[in-house]
Amino acid sequence: MGQTLAEQILGQKVGRTVRPGELVVVEPDVAMGHDSLSPSIIRIVQEQMGAARVHDPAQIVLVLDHVAPASTVGVANNQNIVRRFAAEQGIRLFEVGRGICHQVLVEEQVARPGMVVVGSDSHSTSYGAVSAFGSGMGSTDIALVWATGKTWLRVPETLRVIAHGRFRPGVTAKDFALKLGRELTIAGATYMAVEYHGLAWLPLDGRQTIASMAVELGAKAGIFPPDGETAARFAVPDWLFVDPEAAYARTFTINLDELEPQVALPHAVDNVVDVSAVAGQKVDVVFLGTCTNGRYEDMRAAADVLQGRPLAPGLRMLVTPASRQELQKAIADDTLTTLLASGVTLTTPGCGACMGRHQGTLGADEVCLSTGNRNFKGRMGDPTSQIYLASPAVAAATAVTGVITDPRALEKEKHPAGGSDCS
Amino acid sequence: MARIWKFGTDVDTDQIVPGRYAPYMLKEGQDVKDYAFIEARPDFARVAQPGDVIVAGANFGCGSSREYAPDALRRRQIGAIIAPSFARIFFRNAINLGIPLFESTEIPELVGDGEAVEMDVVNGRLITPSATYQLPPLPDFAADVIRAGGIVRYVRENGRFPGEL
Ligand code: SF4
Repeated sequence: MGQTLAEQILGQKVGRTVRPGELVVVEPDVAMGHDSLSPSIIRIVQEQMGAARVHDPAQIVLVLDHVAPASTVGVANNQNIVRRFAAEQGIRLFEVGRGICHQVLVEEQVARPGMVVVGSDSHSTSYGAVSAFGSGMGSTDIALVWATGKTWLRVPETLRVIAHGRFRPGVTAKDFALKLGRELTIAGATYMAVEYHGLAWLPLDGRQTIASMAVELGAKAGIFPPDGETAARFAVPDWLFVDPEAAYARTFTINLDELEPQVALPHAVDNVVDVSAVAGQKVDVVFLGTCTNGRYEDMRAAADVLQGRPLAPGLRMLVTPASRQELQKAIADDTLTTLLASGVTLTTPGCGACMGRHQGTLGADEVCLSTGNRNFKGRMGDPTSQIYLASPAVAAATAVTGVITDPRALEKEKHPAGGSDCS
Repeated sequence: MARIWKFGTDVDTDQIVPGRYAPYMLKEGQDVKDYAFIEARPDFARVAQPGDVIVAGANFGCGSSREYAPDALRRRQIGAIIAPSFARIFFRNAINLGIPLFESTEIPELVGDGEAVEMDVVNGRLITPSATYQLPPLPDFAADVIRAGGIVRYVRENGRFPGEL
């Protein structure tokens, strides 16, 4: 009998064929912690496990990204606990400003095809973009990996998504990810792995967008086959391939030729409509960033829409690059200057306003359109604030008009300036 | 007697403890347990008592991996959480912390908010003044971990993970 990608990866770890539903104990290749939870993980390792040393410092990666740079004395002290721990134990640490954990681990090729990568962050499903089994866990689970080198996993059933066709202009990977939420719901893949087929042509950044949002379907992992850009940039182990005999618990087929730009309405990730159904909704803040849509391509898509147009009066737009490398790419061409000329606010690469802790926390009744992945009540600030989720193109079109706007509608009315030198 | 706190479906971890109240963000002397449902259910934050039972709709605990969400409920000494299903990471975290979870489609339809109950975790029974409900047992490994008082104690006592030979 054939094996899904998740079964191949977990089976490789334990050295035998595994089946969905089995409990396996594996040694993850990577166990990532970020600034927000690592202080509690360190406490569990030291105080509850009584471990003076971690099992294997090479297995661990630390990233300071969630509140970067520190916003309060408490956060600063907590980050210093993480820095000291990394130095003492010989653990690799990525400093404030390097970028969001999920972006950095892919850029640095810490996460690679066929690996098991666990992280103290639910969006660790992102590593499926490079054909790794990436999964988020809580502090205690990660502490156990740091202390013992191991963790337990239930081998998941796999939900196969088959995409036909291509995105039309103005439609992107984010719209695909939101559409999956709309069709499958926030619990549609609970305890399962998702496998994405028919997307060999999709570049890495789009894969990262989609895999990061696998968790918004409740999934344990969201894995792309090791093809296309992944195969071109990473070494793929020969045992990892799409097995035509693999058994899937469910198959969901989608035709991309018919996909419209999608928007998730407050306060649920699966409360999704076509952009036309919500066009005209007034917005106070546009936030472009996060592990889902903070990469160069996302900034470029926004710059292509903004191109010479100022932000709508009374609207703020925050741009938080996913990493320093992505920011550098936006500096290397005219992407960043175009964004700045329109009047955006640029912040330090990292998570930025995504969790409402700093760099753009929302106030009472404010309406935000974010390129992020979650719009739960109160996530970005005051519980009366509202979050809409959309693609960078929709975000930029909205920033121009001040109301939720289909980027394709904006393209039609050609703007007078026609260049990036209007300021 | 304890009481029931009733919640809807898809309760996310941002509702259980908003990110702004993470231990990471708190000042000396503040305890995350005081911020459980601080915005989504302020009466819970004020008056929930040890032993109280949370009964919710499907997919309880979806969203982020923040263990401080179940941990806030544990520190609050919640007697049990009963829901038709739990989000994956929340399920792991709660089991790891030794919080009794029960998967039941029936109970959320039968009991109401504020009802007086007693929870018999050992035998998996929910007792109201008018009836006693038997709850479906958890998978063995999860029950073993909860019985041990959480995964850290399980691993320390057994020298291995659940499912490891
Ligand atoms: S960008 Fe947002 S979703 Fe992504 S890791 Fe940071 S806080 Fe989490």
